[in-house]
Amino acid sequence: MFDLRDLYQQVIVDHNKSPRNFGKLDDCNHQADGYNPLCGDKLHIYLRINDAGTIEDVSFEGDGCAISVASASLMTDALKGKTVQESQIMFEQFQHMATSDLSESPDEKKLGKLAVLAGVREFPSRIKCATLCWHTLQAAINDAASPAKTE
Amino acid sequence: MMLNVENIRSQFPILQQQIYNKPLVYLDNAATTQKPQSVIDALCGYYTHDNANVHRGVHMLSERATAAYESARDKIRALINAASTREIVFTRGATEAINLVASSWGETNIGAGDEVLISEMEHHSDIVPWQMLCERNGAKLVVAPINDAGELMFDAFEAKLSERTRLVGMVHLSNALGTINPVSDIIAKAHAVGAKVLLDGAQAVAHLNIDVQALDCDFYVTSAHKMYGPTGIGVLYAKEALLESMPPYQGGGDMISMVTFEKTQYNDLPYKFEAGTPNIAGAIGFGAAVDWLCETGVELIAAHEQRLLVYATEEALKFEGLTLIGTAENKATVLSFTIDGVHPHDLGTILDREGVAIRAGHHCAMPVMQHFGLPATARASFAAYNTETEIDVLFAALKKAQEIFA
Ligand SMILES: Cc1ncc(COP(=O)(O)O)c(C=O)c1O
Repeated sequence: MFDLRDLYQQVIVDHNKSPRNFGKLDDCNHQADGYNPLCGDKLHIYLRINDAGTIEDVSFEGDGCAISVASASLMTDALKGKTVQESQIMFEQFQHMATSDLSESPDEKKLGKLAVLAGVREFPSRIKCATLCWHTLQAAINDAASPAKTE
Repeated sequence: MMLNVENIRSQFPILQQQIYNKPLVYLDNAATTQKPQSVIDALCGYYTHDNANVHRGVHMLSERATAAYESARDKIRALINAASTREIVFTRGATEAINLVASSWGETNIGAGDEVLISEMEHHSDIVPWQMLCERNGAKLVVAPINDAGELMFDAFEAKLSERTRLVGMVHLSNALGTINPVSDIIAKAHAVGAKVLLDGAQAVAHLNIDVQALDCDFYVTSAHKMYGPTGIGVLYAKEALLESMPPYQGGGDMISMVTFEKTQYNDLPYKFEAGTPNIAGAIGFGAAVDWLCETGVELIAAHEQRLLVYATEEALKFEGLTLIGTAENKATVLSFTIDGVHPHDLGTILDREGVAIRAGHHCAMPVMQHFGLPATARASFAAYNTETEIDVLFAALKKAQEIFA
């Protein structure tokens, strides 16, 4: 039996209630929209990447369920000071965690706090809520013209 | 007389199951209702005993299939009191029926400068086909607003009617809000300016008595799956004179009486609008669903659902942090709401773990969400087999959701 607390861990509830890095980033140099057409979740990500390719600052705005808000909050916290290249590896690791088999326990050493979101694997309809911010990050890095979708 | 709910529940095999070791509480009836054994048996019986194509065989099976298919048409005719089966066109559902009208009648009757008047509470299926038509033909889509109770603002509706209005498209019972629209008055006002009226009855037929002749509506559409029937089948009712004047929607087999490469003569009504092999099993299942509704009694079902809605509304008003969306004076079967601090999508997941199925989202009525400034709502919707106990389970689960997010 899966427990709801596997999904709604206290960390997630807290990040949903008081999301970190929430709001506009005035001196950003990359940004993008993300949209989950299934549930209407909307996200906007702001990034400031310096010439060396380091993410100096990142923030988000949006309207969504607890999973999507907490995921964006945790992601932005984790990205600060990382290089774009490192962010790509984190994205892959996160994707892997969110879609991996339940028997595989998340690699907390690599994932850090992001590992609290491993519970979404037990709730297939909610995986996209957790990955939306990462797809939006990709769109922002690539200055994509159209909003990122989870589909 | 009261509905015997225990007896009704026993006729729905799907309800006898557990979800995460808890009894299934199915409150997503506005999305689709469950099916009684008699409907399942009708589908199964057709494929087991009578499967053949309709209207084209001289053999026994084809005759049986045709008779069952046509008898389903007559059951639907009787249910909505249409004058003739010539006015009953099978479609894939309400959506296809509206598209049929927009394409066939709309294309010939709505042009540049004309207007289509709909309401702010329409389902996307009664918005987008008109939007597409207006874009093609240079017509204008006009929207009558709703108030904060989720009721049509009748004066504003009337003010938007004019001799330019060619068609009024109106939901009979709103899936997002539960509002029942004053359709008789709407039709009278629309006819007074020479406009035709299409009623979207996708939600209404399982909950209200429909009499298309008494209403004097021009088009009425619905889907079987929202009235205890199968998916993939629905109906367009239209006045015979209108159907006679309309060009076919799709071309193919069954809709013709004579084909040469020079010219095709179209078949009689309603077959002119039923190109290709239809959803025969679906139509027969639809017929069985109509039988079930009539035997159970639409009025008894409606009275039962109304008791449930009153009870649920009372509970909702007592529930701290809950806001009802849609508080029309005249409403049925739908309890749409939000809860402070808990997103509807999270509510949906938490309730699911308690065995409670509700809908969380925009309910294919994004303009309604925009009116209330919400991304989504949670929606419980009731049917004949629901009970007060299930409503108690719903509210206990909502409490649990609040606790998780406390
Ligand atoms: C009010 C209303 N209109 C139209 C539809 C469309 O019905 P269908 O998807 O069966 O064609 C629905 C179903 O969601 C509805 O609730």
